[in-house]
Amino acid sequence: MAGPSYSVDLAQAMVVDTYTPLEWLAVAPVALPMAAGALCLMFRSRGDLAARITVLTLGLLVLLNVGLVHTVVQQGTLIMAMGNWLPPFGIVFAIDILGAVLALTTSVVGLIGAIYASGDIDIGRRRFGFYTFYLLLITGVSGAFLTGDIFNLYVWFEVLLIASFGLIILGGERAQLDGAVKYGVLNLLATTLFLVAVGYLYGLVGTLNMADIALAVPQLPAAAPIGVVTALFIVAFSMKAAAFPLNFWLPASYHTPRIVVAAIFAGLLTKVGAYSLMRIVVMLLPETRDLLADVILWVAVLTMLVGAFGALAQGEVRRLLGFVVISGIGNIFVGVAVGSSEALAGSIFYAVHSIIVMFGLYLAAGAVERIAGTSSLHTASGLYRLEPALATLFLVLAFAVSGLPPFSGFWPKVMLVQATIGAGLGWVAAAILVTGFLTTIAMGRVWLLVFWRDAVNGAPLRSQATPDASRASWMVPIALVVVIVAGIGLMPDGLMQASLASAQSLLDPQAYVNSVLGEGGN
Amino acid sequence: MNTIIFRTIAPFLAALAGLFSVFVLLRGHNEPGGGFIGGLIAASALAIYGIAWGVAPVRRAIVVHPITLAGFGVFLASVSGFLSFFAGSAFLRGLWISVPFFGTELDLSSVLLFDIGVYFTVVGTISTIGLTLEEPEVD
Repeated sequence: MAGPSYSVDLAQAMVVDTYTPLEWLAVAPVALPMAAGALCLMFRSRGDLAARITVLTLGLLVLLNVGLVHTVVQQGTLIMAMGNWLPPFGIVFAIDILGAVLALTTSVVGLIGAIYASGDIDIGRRRFGFYTFYLLLITGVSGAFLTGDIFNLYVWFEVLLIASFGLIILGGERAQLDGAVKYGVLNLLATTLFLVAVGYLYGLVGTLNMADIALAVPQLPAAAPIGVVTALFIVAFSMKAAAFPLNFWLPASYHTPRIVVAAIFAGLLTKVGAYSLMRIVVMLLPETRDLLADVILWVAVLTMLVGAFGALAQGEVRRLLGFVVISGIGNIFVGVAVGSSEALAGSIFYAVHSIIVMFGLYLAAGAVERIAGTSSLHTASGLYRLEPALATLFLVLAFAVSGLPPFSGFWPKVMLVQATIGAGLGWVAAAILVTGFLTTIAMGRVWLLVFWRDAVNGAPLRSQATPDASRASWMVPIALVVVIVAGIGLMPDGLMQASLASAQSLLDPQAYVNSVLGEGGN
Repeated sequence: MNTIIFRTIAPFLAALAGLFSVFVLLRGHNEPGGGFIGGLIAASALAIYGIAWGVAPVRRAIVVHPITLAGFGVFLASVSGFLSFFAGSAFLRGLWISVPFFGTELDLSSVLLFDIGVYFTVVGTISTIGLTLEEPEVD
């Protein structure tokens, strides 16, 4: 052959479509952790390397997601069509402010969890692929927040579900398998219902692209059974989010895995259900949401109260926190039920707050378990004397989750109470306040018994044996969470505006639809 | 399986099937075939070898743990998605270049890279399961 006569035909591909590096931010939250998870799988016998890859990737992801939020705020909805197969036929990622903020929250929580895991996950669990599952979970959750395609949303549900199955049974203890069965069966059922609903919806509107669905649904004939589809979606997502009366699986399974796994589950997984409810039922099916608003409202109120009362009745910190997660879901559902932009903004704010605070509380419960050797409220005691710093951090988180100022839980509750009173639903506002009051009692009880009370006879205390290195591995992550919680509490403006903008975009998706279908050249 | 015929034939069969799996992988873009089916064929090659000679020789033959192959596959597939970043195009966009190769045109693409990733993922996953099932139980 004479010389390199071949022509590299890249030029043509370049002029067909142009994506700026900024637009690539849209896909980073999914592609990066997936690639890193694969790397961790390759190097899983070298646990340290996998840990370093995970922390580095998630650290980078936090920075990229800050860029993503910034870009979305500046330029509006960001679109990335996979393989440049244009919507409504190809799969698009469509990132509005809601998706971007939640993706950022996910990566922040993921990074803090990865730091905590370095002191919590033993070598055996690392070898069985903890970090791979962990990164895959982040991939799935981010994908669910970012995708603009309803079937793709289902796929991300599956991804995060498979990763969560792996995480929940990692270690293979008896109690874990028991918890995993309850968790697995209920979540598989919910995912199947979701798939059935997607199938029905596709049968009705003939498209899977969310923007296209938003356009097609109002044009359906009046006889179309869209109400059934909406109800199916609501049941599926309520099950995922652990809303009453489908909430029992959560406290029955979340106390079994490693604490960092329980923390990331409690923070993120239920919120994916709540987010999907907002995205699909509020944005895509608004008319039937109005029809079912009363049902959702009752579900919301009962979820709040059941969660709060359940928390009061528990004698074990982790189980108690499971019920607190549930009552938070009730708060989020209130906004979905009321449906005004103020109420939805409150819900979105509450979701972000709840992700961070519940995550932090579980980490703190893990620290308690480590020091006291138990998380039972009967025996854990006298920790204030040993770990005053932990006691303070826990108290801040307890204040935040109860909705007391000046921490992050206060503002979304204010927004929700204002919105419900504004909508003439004073009794719902009362329920929110009563829930906050009961949560305060429940969390105060934990703090009094575990920290403030003098050491009970025979309370096992391992603190003297805890080396300093491992102390930093839980103290730093919890402190980081508390800094975020206090930061949001003291400077809520940014998040409040982002929530309001998200809520308005959910209620009036015209801009979203335009940027998905308009740029696609339709 | 201890028949001498099978034990003698198995290595040749496995080698042939391994070669065939690569052929199927490469013809996959325009004709029936591709990474998934190729990976299945390669995994069955390993299975045949394993049934005839036991699990340990198979593990020695592929050097790394099969799940590592699966991880490599997923990594390769993800990387193939990133290539279009440098072409200023969308994630996972198929990019093609033609390279003359011994007198004929060879079309290389990021799609092929993705398919190779699928191939490794399938080989890795299926052989992990297969070898674990074939392994005698240790208490």
